[in-house]
Amino acid sequence: MTVSRRLFLTLIGVSSGALAIGAAFRLSAAGAPAAAPDPDSFVRIGSDNTVTVVVKHLEMGQGVSTGLTTIVAEELDADWSQMRVEFAPAEVPRYANRLVGFQLTGGSNSILNSWDELRNAAAAARQMLISAAARHWRLPAEEFTIEKGVIRHPPTGRQADFASFAGMAAALPVPTEVRLKAAAEFKLIGSPLPRRMDSADKVAGVGGFGLDQRPQGLLRAVIARSPRFGGRLKSFDAAAARAVPGVVGVVQVPSGVAVVARDTWSAIKGREALRLEWDDQAAEMRSSDAILADYKALAATPGLIAADRGDATQALASAAKVVEAEYSFPYLAHAPMEPLNATIQVTRSGAEIWTGSQMQTGDQAAAAAVLGLAPAKVKIHTLWAGGSFGRRANAGSDYIAEAAAVAKAFGGSAPIQLVWTREDDIQGGRYRPMAFHRLTAGLDGDGRLVAWRHVLVSQSIIAGTPFEKFMIKDGIDATSVEGAADLPYAVANLRVEVHNAASPLPVLWWRSVGHSINAFAVECFLDEVAAAAGRDPLAFRLDLLADRPDHAAVLKLAAERAGWDKPMPAGHGRGIAVHGSFSSLVAEVAEVSLGADGKPKVERVVTAVDCGTAINPDQVAAQMEGGIGFALGAMLRGAITLADGIVRQSNFTDYEPLRMSEMPVVETHILPSEAHPTGVGEPGVPPLAPAVANAMAAAGSARVRRLPLSEA
Amino acid sequence: MFVLRVNGRDRRLDVDGATPLLWALRDHLGLTATKYGCGAGACGACTVHLDGEPVRSCSITVADASGRSVTTLEGSQDRIAQSVRKAWRKLDVVQCGYCQPGQIMAAIALLRQKPRPTDSEIDAAMDGNLCRCATYQRIRAAIHDAAAGLGS
Repeated sequence: MTVSRRLFLTLIGVSSGALAIGAAFRLSAAGAPAAAPDPDSFVRIGSDNTVTVVVKHLEMGQGVSTGLTTIVAEELDADWSQMRVEFAPAEVPRYANRLVGFQLTGGSNSILNSWDELRNAAAAARQMLISAAARHWRLPAEEFTIEKGVIRHPPTGRQADFASFAGMAAALPVPTEVRLKAAAEFKLIGSPLPRRMDSADKVAGVGGFGLDQRPQGLLRAVIARSPRFGGRLKSFDAAAARAVPGVVGVVQVPSGVAVVARDTWSAIKGREALRLEWDDQAAEMRSSDAILADYKALAATPGLIAADRGDATQALASAAKVVEAEYSFPYLAHAPMEPLNATIQVTRSGAEIWTGSQMQTGDQAAAAAVLGLAPAKVKIHTLWAGGSFGRRANAGSDYIAEAAAVAKAFGGSAPIQLVWTREDDIQGGRYRPMAFHRLTAGLDGDGRLVAWRHVLVSQSIIAGTPFEKFMIKDGIDATSVEGAADLPYAVANLRVEVHNAASPLPVLWWRSVGHSINAFAVECFLDEVAAAAGRDPLAFRLDLLADRPDHAAVLKLAAERAGWDKPMPAGHGRGIAVHGSFSSLVAEVAEVSLGADGKPKVERVVTAVDCGTAINPDQVAAQMEGGIGFALGAMLRGAITLADGIVRQSNFTDYEPLRMSEMPVVETHILPSEAHPTGVGEPGVPPLAPAVANAMAAAGSARVRRLPLSEA
Repeated sequence: MFVLRVNGRDRRLDVDGATPLLWALRDHLGLTATKYGCGAGACGACTVHLDGEPVRSCSITVADASGRSVTTLEGSQDRIAQSVRKAWRKLDVVQCGYCQPGQIMAAIALLRQKPRPTDSEIDAAMDGNLCRCATYQRIRAAIHDAAAGLGS
């Protein structure tokens, strides 16, 4: 799906602040408008000879500040040691994500949308430095080169650093035409040299995160929110809370009651002392089992048609063999290690916010709306985020708007840091949607796939947000059916139906969005169909991917490096899955051993990724490792469940991510490519769970139909 | 009033004795390398050394830590700490980096106890430290690398 930039700009113009963004957008490079060289916005050369890259995206661990810096250093021919990073202010259109028209880190497209923009900016800066040197020395510009940050004129042996000519270069006109390097000329791109820009500070424990901001006079706030989604505050008694030492105020805000204190612990203690009554008239009161039963009932009714090719009903009726399976998926919390937080200071002329945000434009608008300010009067300082996985980008900018609401209600000029405790995070919603899928396939007498029917039930992430206009078509949320409606396998008769379930519980994109759900259903079911056809899962897939050579290429590479044909010992199994998301393709082969209790241990995962030009191959590998660990933790025991509408989990004790002893050996193989770079933050996630489930079946375990495994 | 020896200096804390050490370090002493991740002793992001032993600072009160020696990442500068940091940088272990101070404090404590830990000893020592970015494979490799750098 392509989203036009103009549409988004229109949206920004009319929206009062409830902006949402799509981590879900599947956009191609062709969707971005051409970037005119703009070195002023992105490249700064200091008098100390440093080169600072202005990074418009959020660094949440995915390595974007390193990747973008590598692109600039490459085209500028800078020395890696002189590179520095600075995060851009909230400002559009200058720092907009070029695929959507506003500032957004999501959809694994930071490098994709910045590639042309930064190459052009850096190449222009390079030409301007050379022009300045050529003018100064009265020598022909064509005779100059730049190597590792040194401007050289080989015929005369003259040389100078960037700082010597930065001032003169800045006074020159920006060239409209620049020469970009060919891939063969790359020195940094694709090499192991560029190390992460943030490693040194992060291992020293030096600053940078939102929760570590300590402006003078800082107050902390926590908010008591409804224990049920959709519940509203009926009444509260703050007398005991106000009596807690350190508490300086208790104020009502739209999402509940905020306790403001001199330190975080006092704020938490104060919140515990609040007496609250909630009105649950409009609240979600169901338990998870009841929701699943409702989903199953919905699945039995006609759904919205997301794909319809041939006649799947007829083909299934006349198939020699019919295979059917149902899959269910829990709600999942993002649970980034750094709990959500924002520090805000309201000044006479506006407001300043310090936070790690994936969508500065929307957050700026949301805070401005709460405070009654023009968006430009809200200054956002983008800091590192301690993980996010989609959580720090949502319609309404929940925690940012809350911080603004607390500041407004409390008044005064002291900076206030809103802190979500871990319990707030686990129980606070905006989960990956719960889902129920039913798949039916037909094989002909020769074991060939002739029909595929896929029924999906889940809440829409996009419904009710300003993105409905272009991400929902005919009632179908593109993120609900991604990776399912566009099934890559060649099947003549295909029907995909989707049902939009309703609940006051808010849902959100969770690292790889709909792909993380749909790839599991598709890739597990295809394995079952291959087994029913008596075929090898890899060979069966390759036959169906004859028209998809790129899918086939990653499958073959992963299978070859994993030793797909080598026999496994008893109790061990190998499983494979492939999935395309965010313009990249990833295949994973999982090797699993089954314990005496039947529980799987994932020993090794071999990954093949096609992400176009790999800017930093080691960071591509890091994202595959991270995506695999993230997905495996969720598969093993990740579940948010409701009892009478109340979330049963509360912390890492009962919502426990993957631990070190469970981390498999991960090997990453990158398909050589000179194509436009594409995303890697999310695409490693979708193939993992189906590859593991398929490996479990190969090892002799029953097919996995319900996630997580701890509840199967 | 409580007195704790923090990173080699006596620090006075005028707080309720039940205050978790984590919040005293972060909010009262401004030592923000020690992270809040769960407040329940379940993630290890707040790991510090108390009299040389790794502990969860969210689960120790200021009263309990009174009169004892607390070392945070800011104060960890010995040979082992330097070797661990060097290995972390060499292998680009960090992603978001939020859990890494706790990981590094746990790794330093492990290497003090076991100069050449095996994979299973690393898993056992580090299993209490969650990393949502799942940098575990690199943490394991970096601990081996740091151990090698320290010699036997």
